[in-house]
Amino acid sequence: MINSLFLINPSGEIFLEKHWKSVVSRSVCDYFLEAKEKALEPEDVPPVIHTPHHYLISIYRDKLFFLSVIQTEVPPLFVIEFLHRVAEMIQDYFGECSETVVKDHMVMVYELLEEMLDNGFPLATESNVLKEMIRPPTILRSVVNTLTGTSNVGDTLLTGQLSTIPWRRAGVRYTNNEAYFDVVEEIDAILDQSGTTVFAEIQGVVEACVKLSGMPDLTLSFMNPRLLDDVSFHPCVRYKLWESERVLSFIPPDGNFTLMTYHVNAQNLVAIPVYVKQSISFFECGSDGRLDVTVGPKQTMGKTVEGVMVTVHLPKTILSINLTATQGSYTYDNGTKLLVWDIGKLNPQKLPNLRGSLSLQAGAPKPEENPSLNIDLKIQQLAISGLKVNRLDMFGEKYKPFKGVKYITKAGKFQVRT
Amino acid sequence: MEWANQLCENRQFGSKMTDSKYFTTTKKGEIFELKAELNSDKKEKKKEAVKKVIASMTVGKDVSALFPDVVNCMQTDNLELKKLVYLYLMNYAKSQPDMAIMAVNTFVKDCEDANPLIRALAVRTMGCIRVDKITEYLCEPLRKCLKDEDPYVRKTAAVCVAKLHDINAQLVEDQGFLDTLKDLISDSNPMVVANAVAALSEIAESHPNSNLLDLNPQSINKLLTALNECTEWGQIFILDCLANYTPRDDRESQSICERVTPRLSHANSAVVLSAVKVLMKFMEMLPKDLDYYSTLLKKLAPPLVTLLSAEPELQYVALRNINLIVQKRPEILKHEMKVFFVKYNDPIYVKLEKLDIMIRLASQANIAQVLAELKEYATEVDVDFVRKAVRAIGRCAIKVEQSAERCVSTLLDLIQTKVNYVVQEAIVVIKDIFRKYPNKYESVIATLCENLDSLDEPEARAAMIWIVGEYAERIDNADELLESFLEGFHDESTQVQLQLLTAIVKLFLKKPTETQELVQQVLSLATQDSDNPDLRDRGYIYWRLLSTDPVAAKEVVLAEKPLISEETDLIEPTLLEELICHIGTLASVYHKPPSAFVEGSRGVMHKRLPARTGSGESTESPDVGTAAGGSAPEAAPSIIPSQGDLLGDLLNLDMAPPTTSGPPPPTTGMQMGGMDLLGGGLDSLMGDESEPLGGDIGGSPAMGAGFGAAPAVMPASLNAPVGGGLGDLFDLGGVGMPMGAYIPPKIVWLPAMKAKGLEISGTFARRAGVIQMELILTNKAMSVMTDFAIQFNRNSFGLAPAGPLQVLTPLGPNQTIEVSLPLSTVGPVMKMDPLNNLQVAVKNNIDVFYFSCQYPISMLFVEDGKMERQVFLATWKDIPNDNESQFQIKDCHLNSDAASSKLQGSNIFTIAKRTVEGQDMLYMSIKLSNGIWVLAELRVQAGNSNYTISLKCRAPEVSQCVFQCYEAVLKN
Repeated sequence: MINSLFLINPSGEIFLEKHWKSVVSRSVCDYFLEAKEKALEPEDVPPVIHTPHHYLISIYRDKLFFLSVIQTEVPPLFVIEFLHRVAEMIQDYFGECSETVVKDHMVMVYELLEEMLDNGFPLATESNVLKEMIRPPTILRSVVNTLTGTSNVGDTLLTGQLSTIPWRRAGVRYTNNEAYFDVVEEIDAILDQSGTTVFAEIQGVVEACVKLSGMPDLTLSFMNPRLLDDVSFHPCVRYKLWESERVLSFIPPDGNFTLMTYHVNAQNLVAIPVYVKQSISFFECGSDGRLDVTVGPKQTMGKTVEGVMVTVHLPKTILSINLTATQGSYTYDNGTKLLVWDIGKLNPQKLPNLRGSLSLQAGAPKPEENPSLNIDLKIQQLAISGLKVNRLDMFGEKYKPFKGVKYITKAGKFQVRT
Repeated sequence: MEWANQLCENRQFGSKMTDSKYFTTTKKGEIFELKAELNSDKKEKKKEAVKKVIASMTVGKDVSALFPDVVNCMQTDNLELKKLVYLYLMNYAKSQPDMAIMAVNTFVKDCEDANPLIRALAVRTMGCIRVDKITEYLCEPLRKCLKDEDPYVRKTAAVCVAKLHDINAQLVEDQGFLDTLKDLISDSNPMVVANAVAALSEIAESHPNSNLLDLNPQSINKLLTALNECTEWGQIFILDCLANYTPRDDRESQSICERVTPRLSHANSAVVLSAVKVLMKFMEMLPKDLDYYSTLLKKLAPPLVTLLSAEPELQYVALRNINLIVQKRPEILKHEMKVFFVKYNDPIYVKLEKLDIMIRLASQANIAQVLAELKEYATEVDVDFVRKAVRAIGRCAIKVEQSAERCVSTLLDLIQTKVNYVVQEAIVVIKDIFRKYPNKYESVIATLCENLDSLDEPEARAAMIWIVGEYAERIDNADELLESFLEGFHDESTQVQLQLLTAIVKLFLKKPTETQELVQQVLSLATQDSDNPDLRDRGYIYWRLLSTDPVAAKEVVLAEKPLISEETDLIEPTLLEELICHIGTLASVYHKPPSAFVEGSRGVMHKRLPARTGSGESTESPDVGTAAGGSAPEAAPSIIPSQGDLLGDLLNLDMAPPTTSGPPPPTTGMQMGGMDLLGGGLDSLMGDESEPLGGDIGGSPAMGAGFGAAPAVMPASLNAPVGGGLGDLFDLGGVGMPMGAYIPPKIVWLPAMKAKGLEISGTFARRAGVIQMELILTNKAMSVMTDFAIQFNRNSFGLAPAGPLQVLTPLGPNQTIEVSLPLSTVGPVMKMDPLNNLQVAVKNNIDVFYFSCQYPISMLFVEDGKMERQVFLATWKDIPNDNESQFQIKDCHLNSDAASSKLQGSNIFTIAKRTVEGQDMLYMSIKLSNGIWVLAELRVQAGNSNYTISLKCRAPEVSQCVFQCYEAVLKN
């Protein structure tokens, strides 16, 4: 199982180590650092590295490397999933996941890690359970603790850990009982030069924020569940009922959680909310080129497209650019050659356009590669797949909860080739 | 003092509510100050001090000097303080074992506490203190906790057994903890079951034969019930455990599949992949015409697709596994091509994997789409990726015949871009296309020739030269082209030199009149001015061939070549089956069987897919024939071994035997013969053609022999790629040994990636009473290796090198050398596990590398091992029956006499033979180099291919090894 964990910052410095079995010298990280040196970008470091005596499995997240050391055959996905949990836990406890935060809460992070694994076996990874054992820091609590000498560590036996619903703590009480669901859809798409869809699919997620007293038993149904190709559920969802009746029936965890993620396949036609007209060209002889990009709404189902942003990695040989935007503003970093055009809201009457000239470094040949455009966008009150929640019922408790559903569509990995 | 800097940094973050205040130190004696605080009377101050200590510890600072002071804080009611002290203890107990004993009492007391949380915490922490003395005290509390009324304590105790086993395996067995652990599989609480399974699986990994997880329909049922109720991690353990079970029939298999399928919808990707493993394995047993079978196939695709929208690291592991699944069952994902399309901001490791899968899924139906994508990728920024994309186009052409023309024109388009590395890759793959579709696309040669000057990579140059040579008759100025390469002959890499030599010989055979001068020039360059033995030898062979019998030369050199196969990089079917059983593991990421690389998994049992049972067999449709179990060997030979390299090896082509000459020369058999040939040099070859090689290839004509010599330069490229998969190639290894002793095939002991480019493979042999370690050293690095030396760790039989490692010349990049190292048995002795394990250190100018290998114990059987009959009888009676062990040797088709003589070759001597009721009993004796006698009785029944063997020995631990030798000798 998982032997050790090292947290490493982008410059290669190890700033936390935790061992669940015998201590592994941190020199083992040298193999990783070597691989990191070789990679062009931190994202490109291979996630599984084989060293003479250990395996190093790592993730890169929030500009930090989470590196685990294992010695025996362990499912790598298990390790990677766990590492993501560690990152989520830090985020959850301290509001962000960064080197500074970890260093500020070194001891608490260490205590948490100790609770998460025992001998490398997962012990308590549910945030609900962890928070009962080790309370997250708040300013008030730290003041109280210093005054009264009490600690952040709970000393009751965690009932949740052993019940058949380990995700929910017992004895939850709220004065306002509320249950909110956000249906968030992300469009992953690749469009070619002519605007034809090469590939498109929708990744959806239903995020829940449930603050209900007692042991509520919820049933959520959709108008059109057949739309979904593949679904993954939070452990609380009763799979059999989904199989037979296509409803989500569950006793929810307390607080925020991801109820389900789903996938709408490339085989269904995916509506593409915007089109992009672009040309990036370089003159054969001279050292100049032109860029001309226009964005317009396409299948928006009558909604406004907001937060539109176009990102381009220009070729390395670009010396400078001189562009004009009819709407929004652009920034260009000559070091990374990253051009970001922040458009904002899309106005169908007056399409935003960015155009101008690019100049290459003297003597540089015509760039070989065609840069892709990355598009960001947001549409409120719309799930682009057409998925709609039908109703939410609650059993098992007497009170009437507030209920709410919100839809939002975003661009995921939305790329336009040139 | 790297910490000093960090501590300074930390100080800047200091604010009231953060832990960074624990780093604030004064220059003078931090440890001293902490000591004072730890011994303070105030609880709060104590706790703060412990926190400071822990904070220092987490950043890797040594605070072990505070051990006694911290341990003193342990007796407390404050749970947080207790936990902190425990954290400290776990880290440092090992370095202060005597002090750690002080903590024992508190632990034992806590194990009795009324609060189950405290009990569990105590037993959990105690298990983490890896000190022998403490483990003795741990046994009793652990036993109680395993039977605790509270499931939380039981589940913690289950893991504790695994911890203890890691520290002291014998103790765990003696105390009977393993049985208690097995009982916990039937526990009423699913979490306890899951942890018991996890603990047993981990223990089983270090005990491959222990049969700890004895699965039967009842226990399977328990596991399936627990599966629905335990945590996500528990589900992973249970699913991985289920995957080891082999259902009795297709109905049981189906019912398990039905109960596992819901796991495909789990949010945790590891659960999904483990479920996929179980389904992929058990599906094998389902009849194909069953409705459920096709339903299941359909259900597998969506979760696999969903894995690809996860984080890149998860995607990577998923893709490596999908690569296996696609090879085993292409039908699952055949409609999902688009999800493998590459996004420009995917990490490079994801891009390369996606590309690989795209080619595997390419078919006539989707080839247009795939080609359009590949062409797109060929204009990306990342050079490695672009290269692979260009190669992929070539692979598509070879795979989907209908698309070949399109691929060629796409490649020509790419060549027009004049981007240097694109052109070079394109030429390399066009050469492959020519090999697959000869005489079809030669019209493009003119375009290729235009780019001759821009080629600067050896592989591309070699490919271009091959094309010119192969089609010399259609290229008007072939001689000029080749001549232009000849000018800088000595600056070219070996690959190019060899290719140039062959191409000019081809040219000469096609247009003898105009090119005589050229061929003479190249032959003299190769033979006289080159110090590369491979080149020199090939030059001589051609020279000889051309001067003695030009007609034969033509037949050989211009012989029709076998077409390259469609899929040059498919995983060998038996390996694929094994890997399918390991879906979701590291093995699946590396595409190697676990035995090949997982440390400590000695003797891992090879997993196999279950065979289809009863009803399924008859209904099996012919198109799935190859996918099912046993037909692997038929498929294997058609695969050209190569290491993810599309090319295979160019040189293989010219090695191909003339089509008329029956079976190909035994390539590996040549290795030994080839050695002295190279050493002996020209004279012996010229003097007597058939002598040096005759021993090995026997009856083949002299020409064939001359040709056969060339493979001696090839072993690296032929043998390296496939771990154990190519084992059968080596079957000839033992042929022609004077003693006829069994010599196991050479295997790779030290892969190049573990040893900075040095690859070592080898075997052990006993020749004329001398034990020899035969090694092949291959330099796969870029730099020259020198100063080789070897050393053994102490081992069971005192094996030690009898002389230094004879590698006198430096080993250049891509060179291979064979060395044989005589061994003595007078070295220091230490019992190893397994008994025949040998740990070796090899040093060169770069570094010291370690590996371990296992020698067949038959190497130690001495020549005077024949016992007197009387002595044998007496000894047999004298050795207590407890020391007798019995084994079965299956599928051995020798009769008793043949077996006896075969065994004699390995110094296993038959003393007497008795026949009772058609059963031959052979009595044999063996003497080991350290004087241990092993007596054996081998029972052979006519018509029964299973032998029974009983071994008696005063040192019964050797029996297992001796049995393995029997098996190896009899089956080879």
